[in-house]
Amino acid sequence: MNLTLKIWRQKDSSAKGQMVDYKVTDISEHMSFLEMMDVLNEQLVNAGEEPVAFDHDCREGICGMCSLYINGEAHGPDRGVTTCQLHMRMFKDGDTITIEPWRAAAFPVIKDLIVDRTSFERIQQAGGFISVNTSGNTQDANAIPIAKEAADKAMDAATCIGCGACVASCKNSSAMLFVGAKVSQYALLPQGQVEATERVLNMVKQMDEEGFGNCTNTGACEVECPKGISLENIARMNREYLKAAFKG
Amino acid sequence: MALDSRVPKGPIKDKWTDYKNKINLVNPANKRHIDVIVVGTGLAGGSAAATLAELGYNVKAFAYQDSPRRAHSIAAQGGINAAKNYQGDGDSTYRLFYDTVKGGDYRSREANVYRLAEVSANIIDQCVAQGVPFARDYGGLLDNRSFGGVLVSRTFYAKGQTGQQLLLGAYSAMNRQIARGKIEMFNRHEMLDVVIVDGKARGIIARNLITGEIERHSAHAVVIASGGYGNVYFLSTNAMGSNATAAWKIHKKGAYFANPCYTQIHPTCIPRSGDYQSKLTLMSESLRNDGRIWVPKNMDDVLAIREGRKKPTDLSEDERDYYLERRYPAFGNLVPRDVASRAAKERCDAGYGVNATGEAVYLDFASAIQRYGKEQAKIHNISNPSAEKIYELGQKIVEAKYGNLFQMYEKIVDEDPYKTPMMIYPATHYTMGGVWVDYNLMTTIPGCYCIGEANFSDHGANRLGASALMQGLADGYFVLPYTIGDYLADDIRTGKISTATKEFDEAEKAVKDRIDFFINNKGTKSVDHFHKRLGKVMWDKVGMARNEKGLKEAMAEIKAIREEFWKEVKVPGNANELNPELEKAGRVADFLELGELFAKDALVREESCGGHFREESVELDGEQKGEAKRDDENFAFVSAWEYKGEPADAVLHKEQLEFKDIELKQRSYK
Ligand SMILES: Cc1cc2nc3c(=O)[nH]c(=O)nc-3n(C[C@H](O)[C@H](O)[C@H](O)COP(=O)(O)OP(=O)(O)OC[C@H]3O[C@@H](n4cnc5c(N)ncnc54)[C@H](O)[C@@H]3O)c2cc1C
Ligand code: SF4
Ligand code: FES
Repeated sequence: MNLTLKIWRQKDSSAKGQMVDYKVTDISEHMSFLEMMDVLNEQLVNAGEEPVAFDHDCREGICGMCSLYINGEAHGPDRGVTTCQLHMRMFKDGDTITIEPWRAAAFPVIKDLIVDRTSFERIQQAGGFISVNTSGNTQDANAIPIAKEAADKAMDAATCIGCGACVASCKNSSAMLFVGAKVSQYALLPQGQVEATERVLNMVKQMDEEGFGNCTNTGACEVECPKGISLENIARMNREYLKAAFKG
Repeated sequence: MALDSRVPKGPIKDKWTDYKNKINLVNPANKRHIDVIVVGTGLAGGSAAATLAELGYNVKAFAYQDSPRRAHSIAAQGGINAAKNYQGDGDSTYRLFYDTVKGGDYRSREANVYRLAEVSANIIDQCVAQGVPFARDYGGLLDNRSFGGVLVSRTFYAKGQTGQQLLLGAYSAMNRQIARGKIEMFNRHEMLDVVIVDGKARGIIARNLITGEIERHSAHAVVIASGGYGNVYFLSTNAMGSNATAAWKIHKKGAYFANPCYTQIHPTCIPRSGDYQSKLTLMSESLRNDGRIWVPKNMDDVLAIREGRKKPTDLSEDERDYYLERRYPAFGNLVPRDVASRAAKERCDAGYGVNATGEAVYLDFASAIQRYGKEQAKIHNISNPSAEKIYELGQKIVEAKYGNLFQMYEKIVDEDPYKTPMMIYPATHYTMGGVWVDYNLMTTIPGCYCIGEANFSDHGANRLGASALMQGLADGYFVLPYTIGDYLADDIRTGKISTATKEFDEAEKAVKDRIDFFINNKGTKSVDHFHKRLGKVMWDKVGMARNEKGLKEAMAEIKAIREEFWKEVKVPGNANELNPELEKAGRVADFLELGELFAKDALVREESCGGHFREESVELDGEQKGEAKRDDENFAFVSAWEYKGEPADAVLHKEQLEFKDIELKQRSYK
């Protein structure tokens, strides 16, 4: 198929960006979206132009690097996938595709389609851990049985890949789904209880300081999340927060 | 320099304990004055950085991604081994040790492997304490699955995302130390050289990938944990950015490179669909617990399927050739990876491949769905269940076990694997070879360590499934933190290492010159153009089957591609900005050297062992006819290559392998 691409180009974080039109031809429906981008970039390199910079690495939906806002949707039109898992069979010959970076105050653009997500890092550093040293002297892994249901739910929350699609999809640029997923994982496990109070307070505080917006329960994040992280996690974090604020 | 593996004396089961009792320690107050650089934040680097920081060292950690959590360990699917024997099926430290040495086709160092097995159980304890949500059974205890090449169930898992959960565990431990200021994290930084002062590794030169700035970082020791070099084949299951640069740079500065030809071609990956293909996707080995591999028995059916006249589900049981079950009745679909890959290649070379390219076999879940369905019907007391009910119940179980893998497959191939068998074909996946290290995980450069997939140490000529995650975490959490202390004990009075020295000047200049060369070369061909050509030579001539003629051709061809690369490569943009083409150029330049050494190593090793299959070395008759033939008399050694300029001029050093605790035997899975 032949396509028109409208792509956000921005030289660096301080430059002003703009949308630029490109054409690509002979795109196979079996290609992944990023392979289509590779075709474009090879074309640009051969023409002596600078290729479009975008984040990607694993290309199998797990590292969380890829982050394109395609036709107004984070990770594009398919559901339950990251940008790198999106395939060209979702598009038709002659389509025009708009490709932008994540847009959020807490995710400034570095170049073209690449944004800076280190705000997520700082939230994790504020409390996304259990304080246990690697002494090798921890108790046996089976010493505390954990109900399968709780373990499974903790696992579901823990599958968040930290891509930031939830923030990009939210009209308030809220990071509640991302933070809620981490808080929930530990809240559901016995090992997470000791530091529960501090953890939720510190992570929420950092989230606010980074300039993420408030949650107004529109649920757009859940729809676009490639890993199916559910809104339940936000509710659980809110409960944890209330409990902690009450104690604290 | 003579190779000294520094394996401690004494019986194998006491070596590690005795060693730890006798080594030098650094007292906590002195650790504050010692800096350690860790390049890489995957399972190996991440766990090492966190543990070293907990111990009190000042750690500087580097990753080329925008977060430590995105290292390629995140993509590991199936699981992690540990000799816990929770299933009571006869597992033990010795058995895990034995399985790993045998699985590696008797080409690994016994003492290292034993230590790995010994610390494995602790890894699981540690991870559970960190909040890693491993799969559990209904009683709330940890669940296990089986992996290839073993007869026990010792693999712990977190759905199909075990690597992700383990890495997030190590990442959380890192975050705790970053928050305390004990780890300084350098995201989007690439190490481009190691700096050696008075014969010791004392720092690195790194490029800030956002600004293009070239930075100097000093430390008392440097740890390389940069992952494997599978991308030398261009197409592999590795991430797009996975590279050999860090390992190759230390090689060029004096670290020997061991067994480069030992590569794992994984049997179950999604076949390639076209020339635009940028990477290959693994379908976890765990699927072989329940999936059965087959091709049609009759050529007519093969053609009918390729032409779309028949569907795989139209074929009756006796029209199918479950070739692994046929050839290897004892292990069946769970033979080790090298054996399974070669068997798939054998069938496809004979013309039985089931897709248009002729390079695909089936991985079929129909029997598993039936089996689980019937079992569930019994559990739920459903008498005379209909075929649909059985299917529905069975599908639910298969979905619970492998749901995310099935979804991944469906998204890529656009077919529903619950209804029609998956198509799979072998692909490059893991590199057993890597930087040579001694028992302490130190390279031949004093003070320079190498851990995780980047080193060569534990898997011999073939790695068993679920053992890389185990090794990465063993190295980082439990081995390196001891062994590095023994070395650093001499450095308590050294003080801060200055970066204002001629050694740093020279290293920085070399790095800058090379970058300027790329930017100014203005050739005619893109970096990917060369990378793809290299990959094709590697796959065709240094892939699943190798022979003398092909390997000699490969060496010459790779050299020619390299020379053309340095003349014709084209890198747009500038040095002082974010420039992905420039990053790729540096990595491909290194692959073009490594590839030639790889072929040379394969040429020298005139035996077949593990993933290295020389067509000249097969069993000619008897029960094992056609299987790989090892030559212990002449090749029971590690090849450690010393850099001498051109890859073809590298000098071979041999570390003779001694097997005192395991008898050397023909590896049989019949
Ligand atoms: C798809 C897939 C599935 C797998 N499944 C399993 C499994 O189920 N069980 C199992 O045991 N094993 C599995 N493996 C193998 C296992 O995942 C890897 O061997 C292991 O995770 C490697 O860990 P590592 O820490 O050595 O390297 P990696 O995780 O690859 O980390 C490398 C790190 O080095 C950094 N880096 C690299 N070069 C530079 C540089 N020049 N400068 C700065 N930083 C650099 C990267 O940023 C990254 O942080 C799988 C592998 C793949 C590809
Ligand atoms: S919650 Fe979902 S969308 Fe948000 S970062 Fe995690 S995986 Fe991405
Ligand atoms: S590139 Fe890793 S999730 Fe898309």
